[in-house]
Amino acid sequence: MTEPATGEMNSSLKLKSLYEGFRDADTIRALAARIGNEAKKLSAPLYIMEVCGGHTHTIMKYGLLGLIPDNVKFIHGPGCPVCVMPKERIDQAIALANMDDVILLTLGDMIRVPGSKGSLAQARANGADVRPLYDPLDALAIAKDNPNKTVVFFAIGFETSTPMTAVLLREAERAALPNLMFHINHVLVPPAIDAVMAEPATKVNAFIGPAHVSVISGAKIYRRAAEAHHTPVVVSGFEPVDVMESILRLVELKNHAESVVEVQYSRAVSEQGNLTAQALVDEYFEVRDSFRWRGLGPIPQSALKLRDKYAHRDAEIHFGDRLPVQEIDDHKACQCGDILRGLANPMDCKVFGRGCTPQTPLGSCMVSSEGACNAYYRYHGVQHVD
Amino acid sequence: MSTNSIQLAHGGGGLEMNKLIRNLFFKAFDNCILRNEEDAALLNLQGPTAFTTDSFTVSPLFFAGGDIGKLAIAGTVNDLAMMGAEPQYLSLGVIIEEGFPMASLEAIVASMASELKKCGAKIVCGDTKVVPKGCADGLFLNTTGVGRIVKPGLSAKNLRAGDAILVSGDIGRHGAAILMAREGLELESGLESDCATLWSSVEQLLVHPFDIHAMRDATRGGLAAVLNEWAAASDVMIEVDEAAVPVSDEVKGLCELYGFEATDLANEGTFVMALPAAQAEGALEVLKRFGHCEHAAIIGRVGESPAGRVILHTPWGSNRYLDLPAGELLPRIC
Repeated sequence: MTEPATGEMNSSLKLKSLYEGFRDADTIRALAARIGNEAKKLSAPLYIMEVCGGHTHTIMKYGLLGLIPDNVKFIHGPGCPVCVMPKERIDQAIALANMDDVILLTLGDMIRVPGSKGSLAQARANGADVRPLYDPLDALAIAKDNPNKTVVFFAIGFETSTPMTAVLLREAERAALPNLMFHINHVLVPPAIDAVMAEPATKVNAFIGPAHVSVISGAKIYRRAAEAHHTPVVVSGFEPVDVMESILRLVELKNHAESVVEVQYSRAVSEQGNLTAQALVDEYFEVRDSFRWRGLGPIPQSALKLRDKYAHRDAEIHFGDRLPVQEIDDHKACQCGDILRGLANPMDCKVFGRGCTPQTPLGSCMVSSEGACNAYYRYHGVQHVD
Repeated sequence: MSTNSIQLAHGGGGLEMNKLIRNLFFKAFDNCILRNEEDAALLNLQGPTAFTTDSFTVSPLFFAGGDIGKLAIAGTVNDLAMMGAEPQYLSLGVIIEEGFPMASLEAIVASMASELKKCGAKIVCGDTKVVPKGCADGLFLNTTGVGRIVKPGLSAKNLRAGDAILVSGDIGRHGAAILMAREGLELESGLESDCATLWSSVEQLLVHPFDIHAMRDATRGGLAAVLNEWAAASDVMIEVDEAAVPVSDEVKGLCELYGFEATDLANEGTFVMALPAAQAEGALEVLKRFGHCEHAAIIGRVGESPAGRVILHTPWGSNRYLDLPAGELLPRIC
């Protein structure tokens, strides 16, 4: 299966191979010229949703917007695990972290996302034991080193990250570690696409599919959406050449009226995906009836939970009577919901760059480096207005 | 009493402390001012003087290319050098956690002494405290330094439209090395911190009649922070050619893996400089030929508008703002 975590990577891995060739200036310029020519044939504007925040980041970080003609627009989708996390789930994480003898572990930017009464970073500053991990498997050592504490892994992410949590759970079971528990917030991409397309006002008529998700789940997961919504989907890598090539293919497919799924990221994505990883996920997880997404509201069958067999590791069950359950919406001025649904651009939001900045985020899209507002703030450039 | 590790008694002001100071610190940093053992060092300062202080709390204490001791000397010496000052006298404050291995302390002190020799500065006074186990993370150091101003007038406020921007070496290696050491990554050999004293390189520049407007070592916040601070302080626009910024393959790869940007990562032996564009090639040649800065490069220029912003030009012809890094450096999620 795909390596579950960086810590397990082969030490001989040549990092250069991760990017070499995929940022070639001549190739990018040539692709830009071809997109320009092909886009002239479009009968109506193409509204491409890049579902994943990683693609938003690539588009902004590498300045690709400036190379794309005006009739090809981007709409930033709900594929950022930090952005879609509702406040009540963060409140639950904070409640766990504030309990005596609990160590709360999570990944990356999640510690900065505001819940209804602050973030995990603020809870940490107030004395809670909150630790960001680089590698989920580090949780094993922390649980072993703290036998008198309950270590809770606040698990987040899409199909890409779920196998990592499954591996961690498998290892915790094998090591018979009684004090490692899980608060599961893994979400699924296809139901989010359906939710976006169910919005009557949506303009989206093409998708860039998240490649990391398809490395695990395969290109097959987009087939139904492409047919149901009559939209082409190109599963794309994250380097600038990948994204430019994918945009070109989408424009070509639109010109030929083909609503098909294509894989640009063929170096890692297959039709079926990583079956070993899928089996591992299936062993430990099952689909929830419903999960409330920030900005999108409840979406049926859009997230995972632990199977009953592993209820002894489920922090939601174990601490259930002490976790807040009240659903909390974003600040009224915040337009993250519209942005995540593809109905607004970050710069349409009245508080963007004013009341809402990466240092003082009102909404989750401004928090994560994968978030659309954060990417626009960092790279597109707006003067901060006090 | 164990001599293999630091005990609370080593900070008690008595026999053990006396032994530690004499046998370790005095021996390593030996000079006549320190040996006088007065309540304060008596110095003979003349003319304009630069004065700076910095505390060091790095984790882990030892990393590829350096350690906290080398960092504590390089950090303060470099702050002086960046103001055009020849580093002369340093103080050293040491806070040690009870139980800290004596061998590690000795290695760190030896590393400091070695780094001091490269710049000619002396440690002339100091302070040692030992705190109970759990009250510090191993070892904290503070160094304060004074230096004689050789080249007056360097300032973050002095950039002018028409200046060129230079870096003295490839960027991001210290931040990347610390990350690798912290996370136990063994991905590619050869990635080392750039941690080093910069005075010898700066001295080579200052003997030439370059009209240098500003210098700054790109420490925490990296190149992005220095350029943004300069753009704001001088009320100018700075534009950078991304392709011209030297970044090692190892740092690029690590950035890929974690979603970081090399321009945000810390450096501890790389500085940024602004001077009139007409003098840039000459300064570059001096840095490369005499300053041991083989990766030095001209990376951009100073303009007027939009004032306060740094613009990055990509190799494929698009532009974006290079913003200030913010918050903790945390890896991306997917």
